[in-house]
Amino acid sequence: MSRLRAFGRFWWNFVIGDDWLAAAGIALAIAATAALAAAGVAAWWMLPLGTVLVLYLSVRRATTN
Amino acid sequence: MTAAFLVLSAFLASAVEMVEALTIVLAAGVSRGWRSSLIGVGAATLVLAVVVVALGPALTVIPIGALRLVVGALLLVFGLQWLRKAILRASGFKALHDEDAIFAAELAEAGSAERVERGGLDWYGFTLAFKGVLLEGLEVAFIVLTFGSTQGSIPLAAAGATAALVLVAGVGIAVRAPLARVPENTMKFTVGIMLTTFGIFWATEGAGAHWPGADTALLGVLAFVCATSALLVAHLRARKRRSLVAAPVQP
Repeated sequence: MSRLRAFGRFWWNFVIGDDWLAAAGIALAIAATAALAAAGVAAWWMLPLGTVLVLYLSVRRATTN
Repeated sequence: MTAAFLVLSAFLASAVEMVEALTIVLAAGVSRGWRSSLIGVGAATLVLAVVVVALGPALTVIPIGALRLVVGALLLVFGLQWLRKAILRASGFKALHDEDAIFAAELAEAGSAERVERGGLDWYGFTLAFKGVLLEGLEVAFIVLTFGSTQGSIPLAAAGATAALVLVAGVGIAVRAPLARVPENTMKFTVGIMLTTFGIFWATEGAGAHWPGADTALLGVLAFVCATSALLVAHLRARKRRSLVAAPVQP
């Protein structure tokens, strides 16, 4: 069980890293892009803006903690 | 155009990871002996080859839309980690990556570890080299597989990674020292920007949106990520300067 947990922790750290909020923010931005695209609205701008916002909040958290 | 980006990204990301792996292998070889360390390198390379050979064909059967969504999202999250650390390093909020210091620390730790022989191998030296190459190599395998499968050309991405391997291993064998003069921090920044750019581009397409200008939009995304990263670095540097000026001087 502990090996399974260690395996899971390794992949979590590998992909998500130490800021899970950033990963959650990206997931939200992708979901919003998909929702806009499904509604027939031009959605290409959503993810670049969402990414920059997530990045800004992430570095702000890192520098204020 | 995307092919050139693909090879360049795979090359740079692989070169950065291989420089880090080389530092660990050098420390293991110098302090614990070369035989065990090189067998560790060989074993890790074999595991990585199995991962790429097993997962590569499996990824190519996934529908391209789903693949771009999943790979784009993973690359974006993964790339943001690189970019965030690079921005923090460039603005002075995080220590710069220093191969000489890392080599010295690894050397001291490996030199003081107890010698345990298993199967005629110095287990510490084997494990240190194996883990170093495997962990750094997994990032390379991840980038090669995701970039290659999404662009429909794993061999092209693998070519970029192989070129980096040949270059770093060749220079490493020639100088037999950590490659501290490689502009690693700049390369990491570049890789972070490229991973984030490709992640945004593919995840947007995978989510069902369409880029104005199709593939040429990649250049626009690249310019946007570069510009916002530079602005963030400038903003953080200014904040750092203000905090240093405002900090009371200790007697």
